[in-house]
Amino acid sequence: MDYFFTEQQQMIIDTAREITNEKIIPARAELDEKNQFPRAILEDIAKADLFSIFVPEEYGGLGGGGFEIVLAMEELARGCVGVATSFAASALGIFPVMIAGSNEQKQKYLPDIASGARWAAFGLTEANAGSDAAGIRTTAVEDGDCWVLNGTKQWITNGGESQIYSIVAMTDPNKGPRGASIFVVEDGDPGFSYGKKEDKMGIRSSSTRELIMKDCRIPRDRLVGRRGTGFITVMKTLDLSRPGIASLGIGLAQAALDEAVTYAKQRVQFGKPIISFQAVQHMLADMAIQLEAGRALVYAAAKHIDSHPKDMSKVSSMCKVFATDMAMKVTTDAVQILGGYGYMKEYPVEKMMRDAKILQIYEGTNQIQRNVVGQELNKEYS
Amino acid sequence: MKILVCVKQVPDAKDVRLDPKTNTLAREGVESIMNPYDRHALEEAVAIREKLGGTVTVVSMGPPQAEAVLREAIACGADEGVLVSDRAFAGADTWATSYTLAKTVQTLGGFDLILCGKQAIDGDTAQVGPGLACRLRLPYVACVQKTRQVSAAAIEVERMMDDGYDVLRLPLPALLTVVKDINEPRVASLKGKMKAKKAEIRHLTAAAIGADPQCIGLAGSPTQVVRVFSPEPRGDRRIFSGSVDEQVDQLVACLKAHL
Repeated sequence: MDYFFTEQQQMIIDTAREITNEKIIPARAELDEKNQFPRAILEDIAKADLFSIFVPEEYGGLGGGGFEIVLAMEELARGCVGVATSFAASALGIFPVMIAGSNEQKQKYLPDIASGARWAAFGLTEANAGSDAAGIRTTAVEDGDCWVLNGTKQWITNGGESQIYSIVAMTDPNKGPRGASIFVVEDGDPGFSYGKKEDKMGIRSSSTRELIMKDCRIPRDRLVGRRGTGFITVMKTLDLSRPGIASLGIGLAQAALDEAVTYAKQRVQFGKPIISFQAVQHMLADMAIQLEAGRALVYAAAKHIDSHPKDMSKVSSMCKVFATDMAMKVTTDAVQILGGYGYMKEYPVEKMMRDAKILQIYEGTNQIQRNVVGQELNKEYS
Repeated sequence: MKILVCVKQVPDAKDVRLDPKTNTLAREGVESIMNPYDRHALEEAVAIREKLGGTVTVVSMGPPQAEAVLREAIACGADEGVLVSDRAFAGADTWATSYTLAKTVQTLGGFDLILCGKQAIDGDTAQVGPGLACRLRLPYVACVQKTRQVSAAAIEVERMMDDGYDVLRLPLPALLTVVKDINEPRVASLKGKMKAKKAEIRHLTAAAIGADPQCIGLAGSPTQVVRVFSPEPRGDRRIFSGSVDEQVDQLVACLKAHL
C-alpha cells in the first residue's frame, strides 16, 4: 500500500533499506550463530546518519519524530531484529535525557548520539523489578558533590557496548514510585561495571548484560529532571518507544512473508508449486492481511503519538501488542510453509521465529500492554 | 590533499541482456548504476580525506543522465561533481576517453591523487585508468588492494597479484586503480543525500576543456567495433561414469562412432 511518505521519509526508508540489504542480511546468520555484537554494522548505521533521525536539529540531529524512527526500524528489522534492537536501544537510552534532561545535559550527550560516536542504553529492569517496576532496589544517595549509586540492573540491552546509560534508582525508597529518579551513568565511572552477558534464544547479536553499581560515584549534575520524577519520565519514555518495538514486528513479519512466498513459488510437490494449493495460499493470504493491518496501525499510532495526545499510552500499547503478536504468528507460519527446510538453520525463517518471541516480552510484556489498554478504557468510560 | 575520483555510469550487471536482433547491449529499461569498482575508489578517497583533510572531486564523462552517479557520489561523501559531456565525445574508445579525462584534469588542475576503479563492468577493458596516467605522465599502480600509508608527499600501496601482492611506494601526485578488496563502501548518508539533491554539478564541454576535435569521440578512437556477437554454443558434451575401465571403454566407443 502507498502510505504517501514525504521525500525525507522515503529517503530514510531507502537508506535503512540499503544498510539492511548490503550490511545486515549478509552478516546476520553468523552474528546469530556467534552471539556477536554488530559493532561494524552500527558504525555503518552511524555513517548513514540514521542515529540522527530522532535527535532535535539544534543538537545535530534531523529532528524526526516517532514515525520516522518507526520507518527506519521496520527496514532494519527486515534484516535482523538483533541489530535493529541494538540500534533502538540507543534511542531508548537517550529518550529520558531528551524528555527531562537539562540543556547542559542535552548539549553534552545528544550531538554524540546523533553522530553515532556514542551509544546509549536504558537501565530499568532488575531481578525483582520487571513488569512491576516499583520493585526497584537500586539506590542513589547524595554525598557531598556526588550521587552514590548501589544496585544491579539485569538484561540491559547494549550493556557493556554503550557509553551512556540512563539508570533508574530510588532516591527516596519510602516514597514508592514517587521516590525514583533517573541518572546518567557513563562507561568508566568509578564503581560501575558489567556483569553476566546473557545467552539468548533470539536476537542473539544484541548484547544483553548486567550493569553493576557498587558505590558508583557520579557528579551531581547527572540527575535527569527533578528528584522523584523518574517514574513519570520512564512512562513517557516507554510511551514513545513502544511504536518502535511494534515496527520491529512489522519488519520481521515482512521478512518472513517474503521468504514464505518466495519458497512457496519454488517448492514443487505433487507436480505443482505449493503456492498453487489453497491451504498454502490461505496461510500466505492471512499472513499478508495481518501484516498490512499491523503496519497501518503502527504508522497511525506513531503519527498520533507525534502529536502528543492525551491517550498516548493506550495507543502506544495497542500497536505494540498487535504488531508483535502478529509477528509471532507470521514467523511461525513461515516456518510451517517452509516445512522441514524452515526448521533448519540453512534457511533464515527459524531465526525469525526465535527473534519474534522477545517482541512479545520486552519493553513491557503484551499482558502488561493489555492492562494499560484496559485501564485506559475503564477511565475513558467512567 | 586534493583527490579526484573518476566514475562511470554503467548498466546494472544484474539486468544485462543482449538484443537478439542487433546483438548489442539492450540498454532500454535497464537500470543505470555507478560502476561498482568506482564505488570502492570513491570510498578510499573519502576515507583518505577523513584522515588527512582536503577535498574529493568526482568526474564522469558521459551523457547528461550521468549526473545521477555524480550526485550519488556526493551522497557517499564527495565534495563536488564535474560532468564532462558533449555530443562530440560519442563513440569514444579508451584512448579517446583517457585523452578527454586528461584534458579535464588539466582544466580542473592541482590534484595530488587520482583514483579510478580497476575497470568498468560494461566494457571490462581496464585501460582508462592506466591510459589517463600515461596521458598525464603520472606514476600509477593498477589493481590496488590496500593503501598502507599516505602522506602529503607519497603513498604506499599493495598491488594485488595472482600469487600474493606487491608493496609499492609512489611519490604524489599519482594515479591508482583499485579492486573491490580495498574496502567496504559505505551506504550514502541521509545528510549526504540532502546535500546531493541541492548540489550544483559543474558541466564541461569539449570546448571548455580545450579538446582537439581529432582526439575525441569516434574520430579520436583507433578501436572500432566491427561486430558484436554471442559465441556459438559449444557442441555436445557428455560425462562418463563408472569405473576407470568402463569410462575408457565408453570413450573409445564414442570416438569410434564418430570416426
